[in-house]
Formats: sequence, C-alpha cells, structure tokens
Amino acid sequence: MSIDRETVDHVALLARLALTEKERERLREQMSSLLEHINLIAEADTSQVPATAHVLPLSNVMAEDKVVPSMPTADLLANAPAREETYFRVQAVLDEE
Amino acid sequence: MLRLREISSMELTRAHLDRIEQVEGSVRAFVTVTEDEAMREAEHVDQLRREGAKLGPLAGIPIAIKDVLCTKGIVTTCSSRMLEHFKPPFDATVIKKLRAAHAIMLGKTNMDEFAMGSSTENSAFFPTRNPWDLERVPGGSSGGSAAAVAAGEAMASLGSDTGGSVRQPGALTNTVALKPTYGRVSRFGLIAFASSLDQIGPFTRNAQDAALMMQTISGHDPLDSTAMNEPVPDYAAALTGDIKGMRIGVPKEYFVEGIEPGVRASVDAAIKQFEALGAEIGECSLPHTKYGIAAYYIIAPAECSANLARYDGVRYGFSARDTSGDIIAAMSETREQGFGAEVKRRIMLGTYALSSGYYDAYYLKAEKVRTLIKQDFDAAFGRFDALICPTTPGVAFKLGAKTADPYTMYLNDVFTIPANLAGICGVSFPGEFSEGLPVGVQLLGPAFGEPTLLRLVDAFQRVTDYHTRMPEVATKRKSAARKRR
Repeated sequence: MSIDRETVDHVALLARLALTEKERERLREQMSSLLEHINLIAEADTSQVPATAHVLPLSNVMAEDKVVPSMPTADLLANAPAREETYFRVQAVLDEE
Repeated sequence: MLRLREISSMELTRAHLDRIEQVEGSVRAFVTVTEDEAMREAEHVDQLRREGAKLGPLAGIPIAIKDVLCTKGIVTTCSSRMLEHFKPPFDATVIKKLRAAHAIMLGKTNMDEFAMGSSTENSAFFPTRNPWDLERVPGGSSGGSAAAVAAGEAMASLGSDTGGSVRQPGALTNTVALKPTYGRVSRFGLIAFASSLDQIGPFTRNAQDAALMMQTISGHDPLDSTAMNEPVPDYAAALTGDIKGMRIGVPKEYFVEGIEPGVRASVDAAIKQFEALGAEIGECSLPHTKYGIAAYYIIAPAECSANLARYDGVRYGFSARDTSGDIIAAMSETREQGFGAEVKRRIMLGTYALSSGYYDAYYLKAEKVRTLIKQDFDAAFGRFDALICPTTPGVAFKLGAKTADPYTMYLNDVFTIPANLAGICGVSFPGEFSEGLPVGVQLLGPAFGEPTLLRLVDAFQRVTDYHTRMPEVATKRKSAARKRR
C-alpha cells in the first residue's frame, strides 16, 4: 500500500499540521510502510462479529443532576496564551466584510 | 518503620531526594523534582503521626508521578513542547487519592511525548537511561517512572499503559509493573492518548507494594464515567502465598520466533517455579494475537488524532498565533512546532484511518478484530485463572537502536498490546536475569483479576530474589553520599 503525496497533503490539512516538505516526504514513506504491516488485518475474518468500541459493560452512565461549584474562571484562564477580560482571545474566524 | 517511628517521613524523603541528586546526572528519570513541596508534605505527615493520627500504609512514602498526570499548580508537560509550561488547575483523581493517603510526591517523571513510544527517547526534553545499563533505554512510555523506582529514587511510582507503557518499562528495569483492568482506576486528569485503552498503573519493587498502591488508586469516580462502580477488593489480603490448584495458561502464540533465548529461558523458569508452588500449568491458544499490533496501530492513532485535536493554541499550551492572520494557519503552525515526530506520525496515521473512504477498511475493521481478540481471552479465562508469557521479546535495547524504523519500535509491544485491546489486567514482574539485564515475566488476568495476579507474583517473590536486586548505580554511591553529607 503506497500513499501518494496528495493524500499526505490532504491528511495534514485535516490534522491541522503545517508539515515541512521534508516531513511530508518522510511521512509518505513511513505511512506507506506502516500501512503495509497494518493491512494484515484485512485477512481476519470479521464477518460474524460486531465492533468493540470499548470493553466496558456500560452504556449511558448517568450522573445526579446536582449543582456543584465550578472552577474559578481565573484559574481556567491562567494557561491561556491570550485572553481578554474573562474570555480566551482567538484570532478572527470570519472576515470582517 | 515509619509507623514504629524508626525513621521519620522527613528522613525518608530526604534520603530519596539525595538519591535523586546522586543518580539524576546519569539516569534522568525526572522532568521536575518538587523538593520543597515534598519536604513540606513529609513534615506534615510527621506532625500528624506525632499527634497520633491514624494514617494509611502509604503515609509518608515518597512516590514519583509520570508527567502525564495533572498536578494542581505543578507543571505537567507530557514531555512535550506543547505543554512545557502547562500548570493544571486541578489534580488528577489518582493524585487526589494519593494526597489523601498522605503519600509524598517527589516529582514528575520523564516519558515518551504524550505517552507515544517504547523507549522514552521520544521525550521532547531528554532521554531517560536504564539504571541497569546507562547505554540502554528504560523502555517506555513510562520510562522515567520505571527508572525512578529501579534506581531507588522513589519507593513507588505511577505510569500509564495504553499498549504496554507500564509493563514494558517494568520488564526492562526489574520492577513490578501493573496495568489494571480498564475501568478499575479513574482516568480523570490523565492527559488522554487513546481513551478506550489508557489506564493508570503502579510501578513498585514487589507485589505487596503494588497491592497498597492499587488499594489507594482504584475505584469509582463520578468525574470519569468509564471508572467502573465495582467494589475494590482488599488487595493485600489476596497475598496469601498459597497458589495451589490455581490454573495458569501458556498461550502458544506468545512463544514464537523473535523472542531472545534469555527471555524465553526466564519465562520457562518462572513457569516451572509456579508449577513447583502447586499451580496447574496448561497450554492454550489466543489465535488472533497476530492481528494485535495492526489493530492497535489503527485504534490508538485514531483515538489520539481525536484527543490531540484539542491542542489548538487557544486555551492552554504552546501557541504560535499571530504568525499570520489566518486562524487555520496559526493552528497548524502551533501543532507543527508543538508536537514531536512520533506524535505527528500517529496523528497523521490516525487521521488517515478515520478519513472518508478509509473508515470501514481500517477503524471499523480494527474494532471488529478487537472483538476477536477479546473473545480469545474470554475463552482462555474460562479455563485458566491467569496466562503467563514474556512481557517483551527482548531485554533493554541500546539508545538509538530502534529509532530509525517506527515499526521495529512498535514490535516491542507485541505481547502487551492485546491486554489493552481486551481491557483485561496484566502485570510484569522480575524473572531470572539474562546476561546481567532484567527480564520481565507477564501474567495476564481477566477483568478485575488483579488480586489473582498479585497473589501469583507475591507467591513467586516469596521464593525468588530477582525483585530484590538493585542496579549498581543505586548501591555504589550510597556510602560516598553519606560521607558527603
């Protein structure tokens, strides 16, 4: 299984990674090689089994609807790279016009 | 000794801080040493003891914490540039529990970045070295926590195990390293790698200490909906020394070519020892073992690509914003600069496996293979109380030996990965050495089978002394240091 350069570029965009040229080329090779090993699973007969997303015999864990104190805003903002008043500051998402 | 006041917690903590000072120049297990906090906590414990407070068995015991666990106000890096300056606003649940038990935290230990790796060479800061041979790796990703216990820098430590990241370094450093059943220990405050596989587990020098650690960290937690509401048994009480009639299975797929002869010999010797202690040994088969690595290297990267999407340079962590006006460019640059090569590789692999057109062939297929692997174990545990096999195919390897090809490194986890996929528990414990280096023997148990595993390890340790051996780095300089003081 060989991955082409367009696929690497597309996946890098989806993953939000500004990879360098060198990294893209190396990842193209490494991902191709890893997928060769990984493709082994294609031969497993899974026609009779459901998928296991997690192993717990649990679904819909409910919590009591109880109000508990939140963490202080200042603590939660303390690690923010940029903030304004009590908000995280982000770069503009929408154009101004 | 603490309870009898033969030694104070301050003395014990000071002794470990001294050891850290002596060996850290070569071992480098710690990213952060919290000396002042540790001494303050130790003083507090001594005070409580003087006042006659009723304290638990971990009170005053110096412990190291893998830097993947959030510690309030203490920098928690995940050995990544992304979180180099991150000070969590809360404690992980396991940290809260250890604090409540008055354990003393000595510091935060080095790891493969975001717990991705098997050698601790993927740390963004520096590699940790194996106390048994400084030219070799301590394993990973919890290499710092393993090395700290092995070198006598801490009496116990916590790591996290997603595909073997506790058991594999445990095997390489002569420590007892337990991966609990998925859902046994709360993951709240554990920085997520692959959420359906991650589990926090202890490193100790013997089964008794592992029982004490498990007693403290296990249990339900409303902050983690996957922490099962299952009663926590008395682990220490399980260590009866009596394993007569216990059934141990030997999965034939775990004894294949590629295992070093010294490792094979060590595991064979352990099997004989268990037999001599009265256990019944029988062969079994886990036919889908060969698909384990492939399924893991789809599921783990897929979950990691989703979990690590949160590092966008906005709320916390490294940020490369304002490099341009474009928010996507800024986010992509943040992630490019903040993550190391292995993390990026796994994000790319996982994003690919989840991307349109590939989901069924990779992610869905891997989850079905996961079912097959789990069914293998269910069948085996119908006949056996535990399974025995090597933890790793080989002993500790040299730094740099497996960094060129990612798959070579991934193969290190071939015997540990299936337990994570199936959510069962497993423990690596010291067996017979191979050419002067530790060998880990692995026992796998069914869900919530930790008492069984610990009973077996404890019985083994009552008649062997491998676990009592310490590396030269931890014994040699002791006298010199005493003189210095």
